[in-house]
Amino acid sequence: MKPPAFEYLAPRSLEQAVAALADGEAKVIAGGQSLVPMLNFRLLAPSLLVDINRIPGLDFIEADDDGGLRIGALTRHYTLETSILVQERFPVLRAAMAHVAHLAIRNRGTIGGSLCHGDPAAELPGLALLLDAQLKTTQRTVAAVDFFESALSTVLADDEILTEIQLPAPTPRTGWGFEEFARRSGDFALAAVGATVSLSGDAVAEARIVVIGAHDTPLRVSAAEALLTDRASIAAAAAAARDAVSPNDDLHASADYRRHLVGVLTRRALTAAWQRAAAPS
Amino acid sequence: MIRLTVNGVAYEREVEPRLLLADFLRHDLGLTGTHVGCEQGVCGACTVILNGNSVRSCLCFAVQADGCEIETVEGLGSVDNLNPLQKAFQEHHALQCGFCTPGMLMTGVDLLRKYPLATDAEIREGLSGNLCRCTGYEHVVQAIRSVVAAEAENGG
Repeated sequence: MKPPAFEYLAPRSLEQAVAALADGEAKVIAGGQSLVPMLNFRLLAPSLLVDINRIPGLDFIEADDDGGLRIGALTRHYTLETSILVQERFPVLRAAMAHVAHLAIRNRGTIGGSLCHGDPAAELPGLALLLDAQLKTTQRTVAAVDFFESALSTVLADDEILTEIQLPAPTPRTGWGFEEFARRSGDFALAAVGATVSLSGDAVAEARIVVIGAHDTPLRVSAAEALLTDRASIAAAAAAARDAVSPNDDLHASADYRRHLVGVLTRRALTAAWQRAAAPS
Repeated sequence: MIRLTVNGVAYEREVEPRLLLADFLRHDLGLTGTHVGCEQGVCGACTVILNGNSVRSCLCFAVQADGCEIETVEGLGSVDNLNPLQKAFQEHHALQCGFCTPGMLMTGVDLLRKYPLATDAEIREGLSGNLCRCTGYEHVVQAIRSVVAAEAENGG
């Protein structure tokens, strides 16, 4: 279908954009790769679209001196996929980008848009949680763990705009794994799992396991993380992740199948993360 | 009023904000080579190049293209002067009904620019966002592979 009628504004500053959003029926458009289909389906009928693509200073990837990264909310998926800084510091992000839709979507879709859309089966919200991202908005800085409320719902106020994603430096000897299963290349995940393992000597200093597509938000499974004490415990941790999720049945997959996937993908992601953490750097 | 360049030609038009770029190209400019399939970003038939990057023109508003440069299938070549990718599609019988072909071509152009496409798997992955209702994918892969091989032979 065609989208319903709306007014359009392309402000040149965040201040103008925020002021325009004071009208509660207004909506921000960034890459539009989730918003425009919803408009075309007429699932949404905003009175005003505030296009933030012309606001300077929101499309950047900058290195922090301590090893972290700051990424502007208007950065496109393709830029993330091909950034050398991202590859050097957070290769898990690059690996996950390969699973995001298709080139034409990655060319246009933005990091901030994906996070604000908050699809629980999308990669970026899960990665933000996995990498303990801080999300900077026009009003505050929110930890990723506090950002996602439920499916397609975040804590952002109507007149609040996400501007920057801050990724803290990984601790030394941290390995990563990202595993996703979708029916067709580029589809949303039936389930995906991201994991990081940080080693100190032979002991696990920290493990993080985030499940995508099996809950109404990306889900960190602490119960599984706690079980990971050595390499032999990967199977037990994977089983705990499987048991910790309560996915829905839908036409794409049954809940049981999704649970099974979570177990298998967690085992693979943890195995890859452990190998990378243990490898001499 | 928006001003933009399509296939090297400058246009100036008044548009309603909700006009999709795909419909603008077809209805306002008469460039009907860009096809509209699903209108939800899934089928890839409406793929065009916007400022050097392939995009779905059904997921973008014409008003957003103000000041931009757009390439559509009409800009690739002409019937008498096909570009190498179009020629390869012809030689490898990479189209049947032809509905998906403009999107396949524009996607192919961007893939050839951005990825090494060293394996068929990589070509298939790159094409996975373009649906062919005749299911003639194999020959599209062959056509793109032949262009990759020809470019390698000519030193890229």
